[in-house]
Amino acid sequence: MDTDDRLAADLARDLDRSFDALVVAHQDRLYTIALRMLGDPRDAEEAAQDALVRAYRALATYEAARIRELRVRGWLTTIVLNLCRTRGLRRAARGAPPVSLDGDPSPALEPSAPVAEAPSAVAERRSERDRWGARLAELPPVYRAAVVLRHVDGLSYPEAAAALGRPEGTVKAQVHRGIALLRTMLEAEERHELEEMTA
Amino acid sequence: MNDSPDLFASSAAGADAAVEAALAGLTVTAPAGLRPAVLVEVGLADAYARIDSPIGPLVVAWNGRGVSLVDAAGDDGTFETRHRAATGRDAFRADALPARLADAITRRLGGDRRARVDLDLRGHSPFEQDVWRKALEIPRGEVRPYGWVAAEIGRPRAVRAVGTALGHNPVPLIVPCHRVVRTDGTIGQYSLGGPTNKRTILRSEGLDPEELEAQAATGIRYTGSDTTRIVCLPTCRHARRVMDVHRVGFRSVRAAAEAGYRPCKICRPDSGAALAA
Repeated sequence: MDTDDRLAADLARDLDRSFDALVVAHQDRLYTIALRMLGDPRDAEEAAQDALVRAYRALATYEAARIRELRVRGWLTTIVLNLCRTRGLRRAARGAPPVSLDGDPSPALEPSAPVAEAPSAVAERRSERDRWGARLAELPPVYRAAVVLRHVDGLSYPEAAAALGRPEGTVKAQVHRGIALLRTMLEAEERHELEEMTA
Repeated sequence: MNDSPDLFASSAAGADAAVEAALAGLTVTAPAGLRPAVLVEVGLADAYARIDSPIGPLVVAWNGRGVSLVDAAGDDGTFETRHRAATGRDAFRADALPARLADAITRRLGGDRRARVDLDLRGHSPFEQDVWRKALEIPRGEVRPYGWVAAEIGRPRAVRAVGTALGHNPVPLIVPCHRVVRTDGTIGQYSLGGPTNKRTILRSEGLDPEELEAQAATGIRYTGSDTTRIVCLPTCRHARRVMDVHRVGFRSVRAAAEAGYRPCKICRPDSGAALAA
């Protein structure tokens, strides 16, 4: 029995007693998915919060047997992705850019760096993460979702396919296409930097 | 533009692996406020903040279902202990009430009964909830006897139980248990810091508790108007409109009825009157 099965069993037995454990187990990954899909920390926090609240309200209406059968990880992922999609559409309708470039939350919320690391190294790593966040943001949403689930969140292809509601083969192709686009972006940036250095 | 292609001739597979490794490092930790916000929204924990009141600062706890506790605790630790004892839930301190809730509470305490303040009364008995709902109907600036509440909720003999339920009111001021007084006209007990506070709050709502008690002490419990021939509880807004020359005092609703007066349909002085007489 993996942790998610155990969690589902606990939720089926006593939702109110077990829901906090679901929040603790999944809040970081839901927030990560939302942040990498939306780019904006505030939007991401709202989407993750909304996803967890909706999850609770849905669970409160489910029969125990249905909760026991639930694949919690994938189910929560689908909820947060749908919320990101509607938020993305709403933002596009407002005429705002699809994602902002300050992809990472405030420094205090970052996992703390090993003590031995020099501050400059930390800063470099952070800006490197920001750049990756920005590159992800440039991917078409369909590729971005597949790449984020497979490589940022670390879902298996079957899990990612279930969460996205697409055939596994389609998701694999979207991930590969997304990675290839990211590699092309990276290479283009490096070429650009090199040109600037040699100009 | 592309004059040094050899530098980028590394295998695509290797480059993809590097991209994948970079992506795996993009996980982040959720903001510290996320978990409390979720738990409060679904009602598995409460948030709390302070508001001003006629008897000084009060702590108000709420969650997505409504206001759950109002308490006079001076410090956070005391409040959190009492909150846990009362609700069994965690309480997270907030800077302030949500603007809409703060506004609704202010309007309600100011006498606007249309201002909607949701209450989270889970875990309390149906009888207690009946008593509190009835107390919510008593307008600002008016009081009703315990026996009136008991009769109005269809439990005319449960006067003592009504007193106990009002003493257990988890949301004093919002549920105005201070507007319920003893059947003999004296002000009676108050859960939020004792009878002195009850007098202070009633005074802030425009009543004179000492005058009420003085009148009750004379045995006059009801006020009639010799022009309308209607008899009211003394603080009913209709009774207070009666000019002194037309004001008639009664010791009981029965005595008023014998004099040809009918009970007011707004304050219903006949509710619980049999016990009061």
